[in-house]
Amino acid sequence: MTDTPLVSVRDLRIGAVTDSGRNVEIIRGVDFDIAPGEMLALIGESGSGKTTIALSLMGHTRRGCGIKGGTIRVGDHDITGMSERKRARLRGSDVSYVPQSAAAAFNPSKRIMDQVVEATRIHDLMPLEKARDHARDLFRALALPDPDTIGERYPHQVSGGQLQRLSAAMALIGDPQLVIFDEPTTALDVTTQIEVLRAFKRVMEDGGMAGVYVSHDLAVVAQIADRIVVLKNGEIQEQGTTEQILHAPEHAYTKELIAAFDPVPHEPVGQVEPEKETPILEVRNLCAGYGPMKDGEPLIKVMRDVNFELYRGRNLGVIGESGSGKSTLARAVAGILPAYRGEVLLDGKTLSPSLSQRSKQELQRAQIVFQLADTALNPAHSVGAIIARPLKFYKGLRGAACEKRVIELLNMVHLPPALRHRLPSELSGGQKQRVNLARALAAEPELILCDEITSALDTVVAAAILDLLKELQQELGLSYMFISHDLSTVEAICDDVLVMYKGEVVEALPAARMSDEATHAYSRLLVSSVPQLDTGWLEGLEQDPELLAAFSGR
Amino acid sequence: MLRSSTTWILVGKRLAIAFLTLIIVSFAVFFATEMLPGDVAQILLGQAATPEAVAGLREAMGLDEPALQRFLGWLAGLATGDMGRSYVNGIDVVELLGGRLQNSLRLAGIVTAICVPVALTLGIVAAMYRGSWLDRAVSVATISVISVPEFMVATLAVLVFAVWLDWLPALSYGVNVDSIGAMLRAYAMPVITLSFVVSAQMIRMTRAAVIETIETPYVEMALLKGASRQRMVLVHALPNALGPIANAVALSLSYLVGGVIIVETVFNYPGVAKLMVDAVATRDLPLIQSCAMVFCVSYLSLITLADMVAILSNPRLRQ
Amino acid sequence: MTTTNGSSRKFRLPTPGNMGYSFSWVGRIGAAIIVFWAVVALIGNWITPYPVGEIVDWDYFSGVSAAHWMGTDYLGRDIFSRVLMGARYTVGIALASVTLACSIGVILGMIAAVIGGWFDTLLSRLLDAFNGIPSLLFGLVVVAAVGSSIPVLILTLAAIYMPGSYRFARALAVNINTMDFVTVARARGEGTPYMIAREIFPNILGPVLADLGLRFVFIVLVLSGLSFLGLGVQPPYADWGALVRENIEGLSLGAPAVIFPCIAIASLTISVNMFIDNLPTKIRDRAD
Repeated sequence: MTDTPLVSVRDLRIGAVTDSGRNVEIIRGVDFDIAPGEMLALIGESGSGKTTIALSLMGHTRRGCGIKGGTIRVGDHDITGMSERKRARLRGSDVSYVPQSAAAAFNPSKRIMDQVVEATRIHDLMPLEKARDHARDLFRALALPDPDTIGERYPHQVSGGQLQRLSAAMALIGDPQLVIFDEPTTALDVTTQIEVLRAFKRVMEDGGMAGVYVSHDLAVVAQIADRIVVLKNGEIQEQGTTEQILHAPEHAYTKELIAAFDPVPHEPVGQVEPEKETPILEVRNLCAGYGPMKDGEPLIKVMRDVNFELYRGRNLGVIGESGSGKSTLARAVAGILPAYRGEVLLDGKTLSPSLSQRSKQELQRAQIVFQLADTALNPAHSVGAIIARPLKFYKGLRGAACEKRVIELLNMVHLPPALRHRLPSELSGGQKQRVNLARALAAEPELILCDEITSALDTVVAAAILDLLKELQQELGLSYMFISHDLSTVEAICDDVLVMYKGEVVEALPAARMSDEATHAYSRLLVSSVPQLDTGWLEGLEQDPELLAAFSGR
Repeated sequence: MLRSSTTWILVGKRLAIAFLTLIIVSFAVFFATEMLPGDVAQILLGQAATPEAVAGLREAMGLDEPALQRFLGWLAGLATGDMGRSYVNGIDVVELLGGRLQNSLRLAGIVTAICVPVALTLGIVAAMYRGSWLDRAVSVATISVISVPEFMVATLAVLVFAVWLDWLPALSYGVNVDSIGAMLRAYAMPVITLSFVVSAQMIRMTRAAVIETIETPYVEMALLKGASRQRMVLVHALPNALGPIANAVALSLSYLVGGVIIVETVFNYPGVAKLMVDAVATRDLPLIQSCAMVFCVSYLSLITLADMVAILSNPRLRQ
Repeated sequence: MTTTNGSSRKFRLPTPGNMGYSFSWVGRIGAAIIVFWAVVALIGNWITPYPVGEIVDWDYFSGVSAAHWMGTDYLGRDIFSRVLMGARYTVGIALASVTLACSIGVILGMIAAVIGGWFDTLLSRLLDAFNGIPSLLFGLVVVAAVGSSIPVLILTLAAIYMPGSYRFARALAVNINTMDFVTVARARGEGTPYMIAREIFPNILGPVLADLGLRFVFIVLVLSGLSFLGLGVQPPYADWGALVRENIEGLSLGAPAVIFPCIAIASLTISVNMFIDNLPTKIRDRAD
């Protein structure tokens, strides 16, 4: 029995219908096997078809898609040849699913326990009381707090990391042969991710179940998978054991993926002597928040007493988890969210807190670039019009001169000039982010505030954007304030790093010394939580459990 | 079920808004009717009246007082149940309204009792089997009904049931009904017409509400746990769609208010709407104002109710 | 000038397909009927076979014949001619009202969304209160008070549907207003007129046009309802609703004089709905 794989997929083809009614193939002849007890990772960027393949193992395709050819066998069942009713019988009992966003996958109006044991009810696997006991055992195995009572709560009453582990309990309740994990830690903060990953790994090993782990993150996959399948555009590029893929990749794309993981460390552009120079940006005791004002302070204070200086040609990284106030800092500096206290000085000159009070020239000198290029570009304007607007607005450029400058700017961000006639929706994610940068550059700023600009991009594309930023800095002598949740990104581009936690700066250090010299407990936790491209990293990782408990929002 | 205090604050706010709206609406109704060109006293007495007689009547009716003062007086009257007297026949408006309101409410009640179960079932089933022939048929039928004026539905109903099939009388005289059969026949046409109009709306909105919940990740999750289509819809989607559905029911019922005006006229049904249309013909101001207020209050209550159901059914506000 | 698109050299008809749009047959039929009625409304008075107000047949409520394609009405006037002319009133009044309602509503909605603050709160509250009046009833009261004429009808219908259009446009604009590209424009220092005209408007145009179509249908329905109650277009002129009212006695005879105006209304409203539900969509042929 050990010789036969648990799952075998042969020449799988999945088609989708486009808006115009044309059929396209999104999965093009995929073959792989999964041995019993083995964890297989499907890795690839967005649009590579990894989730589509994973869902097809349960015989499910999303609206508008359908299995067009090939075979999927799970155990003794031929998934592709089955009726929908028979497939339903397998789902939740033989094959189960851990979703990307547990917060969305739990029904908000039902108690957690009822949803966790639901699969046993549907398939009539065991008596209700036994199912509940089993669930509580799983909660314990997944290191959930209050395992005896947590099931009585509603989904909105527990944290994101806990919900993610609860969704694993929901998948494991029917003792499946195969568990599909669909990017289960992508939505989590890096410090929470560790715990969840550990819990998954433990229960899967204890249960001896086979699994499919879908992810875009090689480092995460390295910790949990036995074998890796590298996908691109619905085709397998390479498959092999984890060690093999990480250390001896054969395919060019795999090599690219691994290279992108280790960006070239940042080297400062020029030496500065702080005593002689005015910082391009200085922030003193800056406080910002939302909600109705009372006694000159808003009801919800997001960020308190932030101080820093940023010198010309240097880059400042701001790092922290979601809700730490790092984006608020960028918005307060830009004046989008007026600070209620403190000062922002641009080149030694105090800026008024609200942007409506700032002069056109002040606004022009500092530009902000946002995370989601999708929403940062007006979908109704052509790329040319988007880049031309700051030229018209700040410099009064028109006609041929304006067009010439637009082409120059497109060249600067390595985009072909013909792209200026396109609409944003016709560009790829990386191209959009380049246009986004070109628009900021059009204003000829001295300072660019980058708010998570690489976070939504695939690893390879993000690495290219970082290279572009460095190149532009060399050419134009820019300074960046770089907001990110990802320590390795910040280390790749910044001279100095601020670590924010719950609205305050808890640590300020040069980037190069961050890993070794960080002293604050949260920064240490952050530093140790960044997954490494090393199969033994999670095993060997020792974190102070008290520290974890204190900072992971439990 | 326990509810947090924020829920009650929201409900209170909604009620306050409804009250404020009512004041603004009554203001609009009062001044819209007051804008009548020509002098009411003159109109009432006819062209032959002497200027003295007109002046006397103006004073007696309090028409010389400032408009705002008359508005406040009228409002106070409404609040205490004094709606003034008809200009045409001098009968107390409350008296005129009383019986008519009962007739209209009875009609609305019967329509509601028929529509709600039928429309909810059809809406949910159509959503459950989206894309099936049943769903398509329901969609085509409902879009046809809401695309045509109420009087056309009424006309068609008369054509089919009274002219071609000769089952029912074309007109309704719903006052003297001595047997169940007679009552059924008297109410049948107005009820059929209104039911079509109201349930078409309700089916569409219910279907949309259920489909929206079916497309959430947690219903897909239920599918991946092996749940059947019925279980996905009834156990997972429906409880979360309750708010929107209740909202849809209340909003569709507010179509009764518009529909009833046409239907009572077409079938000569002695309800408030017929009374009002007649009052418009004779320009009987106090009667028009009172009828308009009756409609506005019922309409407002329904849409306020819809909003409150939506607030109360939000699971995130549950403690 | 730098187009390298080879296919553009060949002459092609500007059909939806050639312009990169897909347009379902249901939508095309709807569009065709809408265009048909729009043309009739424009040229109606030149193509009527008989003078509209003239009694041309002593037989009232007569059936369909070669001389009278849609029979005659209660006075013996030619219904076909009257339906053709009725198109001018129904389509014309509804179009004028819906244009007025949506222009004002959309502009106010965008201003409220961009400016926000007390202006937004006050306007929204006021117009929401206005929504608390059932539409047909409002028409009834105003027309009863002021008397019916075409300008009064247009203004009343526009007033009834303006708050809804405001609410719709405001909700869309508020969503767009939270988008990063609007924040970028604001951070650039752009003024309110630019924000409304260039950043917000192009992005709400699609849904606003669809909403305009739906509102057009509602206005046709309320206008017909008012005319049916005798408060709309006044004799001797008649829109389709008034034609139904005039000839309602013919109903028990199954006279075509009642049925054809009804069909005219239904064909217009249903085709607008069909068109909106199947708007041409830009082909996005990417598998993502």
